[in-house]
Amino acid sequence: MTITLQIDGKEVKAESGVTVLEAARQAGVHIPTLCEHDRLMPYGVCRICCVEVEKKGRKRIVVSCGYPVENGLVVTTRSPRIDRIRKVLIELVAPTAMADGLLAGEMKKIATEYGADIHRFESRFTGKPIRCILCGKCVRYCDEVVGKQAIGFVGRGVDRRAVFFPEQARACLTCEACFNLCPTGKIAADTDFVVFDGFSVDDYSSGEL
Amino acid sequence: MTDMNDNRLSSAKQLETLRKTILSKRDAEKPIITVCTGTACQAYGSLEIYRRFVEELERQGVEGSVLETKSTGCHGFCEQGPVVVIFPREICYVRVQLDDVPEIVSTTVAGGDVIERLVYRDPNTQEAIPKESDIPFYKRQMRLVFGNNRYIDPREIDDYIALGGYAALSKALLRMTPGEVLEEIKESNLRGRGGGGFPAGLKWETTRDASTGSKYVIVNCDEGDPGAYMDRAIMEGNPHAVLEGLVIGAYAIGSHDGFVYVRQEYPIAYENTMNAIDQARDYGLLGSDILGSGFDFEVVVHRGAGAFVSGESTALMSAIEGKVGEPRMKYIRTAVSGVKGMPTCLNNVETWANVPLIIERGAGWFKSIGTEGSKGTKIFSLVGKVNNTGLVEVPMGMTLRQLIYDIGGGIPQGKKFKAVQTGGPSGGVLPEQYLDTPIDFDELTGLGSMMGSGGMVVMDEDTCMVDTARYFVSFCCDESCGQCIPCREGLRTLRDILTDICEGKGKGGDIEAIEDIAEVMEDASLCALGGTAANPVLTTLKYFRDEYEAHIKENRCPAEACKALTSYYVDPAKCSACMICLRACPTEAIHGEKGIVHWIDQEKCIKCTTCYEVCPTRFSAVRRLSGEPLPPPPAPGTKVTREKKR
Repeated sequence: MTITLQIDGKEVKAESGVTVLEAARQAGVHIPTLCEHDRLMPYGVCRICCVEVEKKGRKRIVVSCGYPVENGLVVTTRSPRIDRIRKVLIELVAPTAMADGLLAGEMKKIATEYGADIHRFESRFTGKPIRCILCGKCVRYCDEVVGKQAIGFVGRGVDRRAVFFPEQARACLTCEACFNLCPTGKIAADTDFVVFDGFSVDDYSSGEL
Repeated sequence: MTDMNDNRLSSAKQLETLRKTILSKRDAEKPIITVCTGTACQAYGSLEIYRRFVEELERQGVEGSVLETKSTGCHGFCEQGPVVVIFPREICYVRVQLDDVPEIVSTTVAGGDVIERLVYRDPNTQEAIPKESDIPFYKRQMRLVFGNNRYIDPREIDDYIALGGYAALSKALLRMTPGEVLEEIKESNLRGRGGGGFPAGLKWETTRDASTGSKYVIVNCDEGDPGAYMDRAIMEGNPHAVLEGLVIGAYAIGSHDGFVYVRQEYPIAYENTMNAIDQARDYGLLGSDILGSGFDFEVVVHRGAGAFVSGESTALMSAIEGKVGEPRMKYIRTAVSGVKGMPTCLNNVETWANVPLIIERGAGWFKSIGTEGSKGTKIFSLVGKVNNTGLVEVPMGMTLRQLIYDIGGGIPQGKKFKAVQTGGPSGGVLPEQYLDTPIDFDELTGLGSMMGSGGMVVMDEDTCMVDTARYFVSFCCDESCGQCIPCREGLRTLRDILTDICEGKGKGGDIEAIEDIAEVMEDASLCALGGTAANPVLTTLKYFRDEYEAHIKENRCPAEACKALTSYYVDPAKCSACMICLRACPTEAIHGEKGIVHWIDQEKCIKCTTCYEVCPTRFSAVRRLSGEPLPPPPAPGTKVTREKKR
């Protein structure tokens, strides 16, 4: 069934069941994302793709990668409120994500576009710069597409980490499917003929991570 | 029908007959000794006390004069535990010790006399109050959900049935249609006691109407707010009330499978629930053809693995599915797509426990209690700097002041009230000017806090509000699942900034940064944990902004609580050289001798506050200083100059 919604003032037609993000892309509206991938189930943790939706006069912020389109929905993908969320999110995650004081790839693009001061919270940062934003693309791709579980999450809260499990990771060097998915380039950078050296579950258990 | 056991009840009449049989075996004149063995009293050794009663009755040869000795769930007055109540006269003994048991047996049980020494005394009037329900702590409560705890051995279904238990189930299944049950709950305007206050009836209706096929109902007993334990007390002390509510709800919704999610840290709640399920099944109150109604319902207990975030509904459902208990996006509500993608209705322990009451006494009765928008009662765990800590159940609409002062007995040691934190890590602090706020879901939310599940932490003038915010944020840093950026990185950064402020390393712009982060967390987090985790920060900032500013601009902690900003100092003009603080100091930082004024070596002082606390109030020589220069120590050998009282 085709439904009609409004994205940034444009009338857009979409198949019911698709997400707002998919509908926006089909309509040529760009929404930035960090954890979304077209072959993976919506995960909704980077929150960068958030948009404002208005339904029956009620406005709320939702993440477009998980919110299903509805007839008559009014979507705003850029507003001062949305822009500020994206800016602060990048500022918050930057100290964890940076390598040698810099951001790379998509993160860098978003930081520039939204005027994020990537050093804003650096002096306050007491965590470990793990060059990982826990977007879970590697974890989910390995599980959902490759059909292995060589990488997974351990820990909780601020100690959450993505780690690889050595027992499962024998085929990793020939697979390398996750290398180019990583928005910070960590996996490719840290894999120098030794699979994911420095962020295995053993490193986590020994308190190195 | 060969596998049917003899105990199964298959009609309303059989249930009523059973109740009468149980009562007929009980001589209402004979005393019943109840020993509170809720978790708090157990920590004081109440299980031993219970066993000693059983032994002692036998030893004194008076076991025949007693109807029963019961170990019950929590009575609520945890401050005064272990609590022993002797019915029917309701003689309440507080802070009972093991050695008191022989005397209680000989004097009260056998002799019928009250032991004055063990009776609760009003701290203000010194009046001895032997009867439990006359004690001000209980007197001003309205204990509808929680009150039966004291009569019931939670391992005995007969105790529950004797009090009219399962009559509401019988009424619902045999005399009402599912639609009528649902209408009754909707009409009652029962709102979820777990935190959000969402109308339970609407949730039930959404689940009922969602689709055909399997549906689930869930009891959420993953209570984890710091200082909150009301769900624990119900689940431990009266598990059948929750089960009865659950079966009634399942009937209304059209569900035949339920779960009770009990957190790992509640072993007694788990045991008692398991036992209650077995006993209910034995009586045919669970399983197939309940009470001969044709309605089938089974329930499974799921033990959590110790994660606060698993109390979030989607996380809890993931855990039940055997996955990691982490929240997921719920743009399609769990009432429509929950466990295994099926419509699932989740309510908290206290919400389910209200259901039998509403069915039995009617929505009209329930609505007669409370405020316009919040009906019925609410159980709070009253903790912190308050005289009568414990569990209290009050009608909605009671003011915070009545709760804290009339029931809680006010602030200990004559200190001044500063704030009350309601709603746990998702709630906020409310200052003195809001003490007359009626307890009501919407009123509390309007002030930036929330009802939450019912945690109520009272704070006095010695509590630093920045440190309080830091505490709750640190709690969430560990207890968040860590999936989404705003919650994980927002909390981490808030914690680091707040820690810096508490340590005197605050900077200009910190308050604005905190506000920026808090707003993004609220707008963009994946689940309600992240969405509300900044509330303690926002409310302390809203009501105590001057404290933040004092820390940042003046390096001063107005509550004199933050260690890095506070020094301890012995006022030479007041010191009597009594040696008390000197001996108590764990780091030997205090110098002096008899007759010679004491002074604190700041290098050695770890700011543990021991000296401040032990200095006799008639001297009050130890002072805490924050934000002002420390006077130099007295010249060595300075003699006491303090004038003796004439």
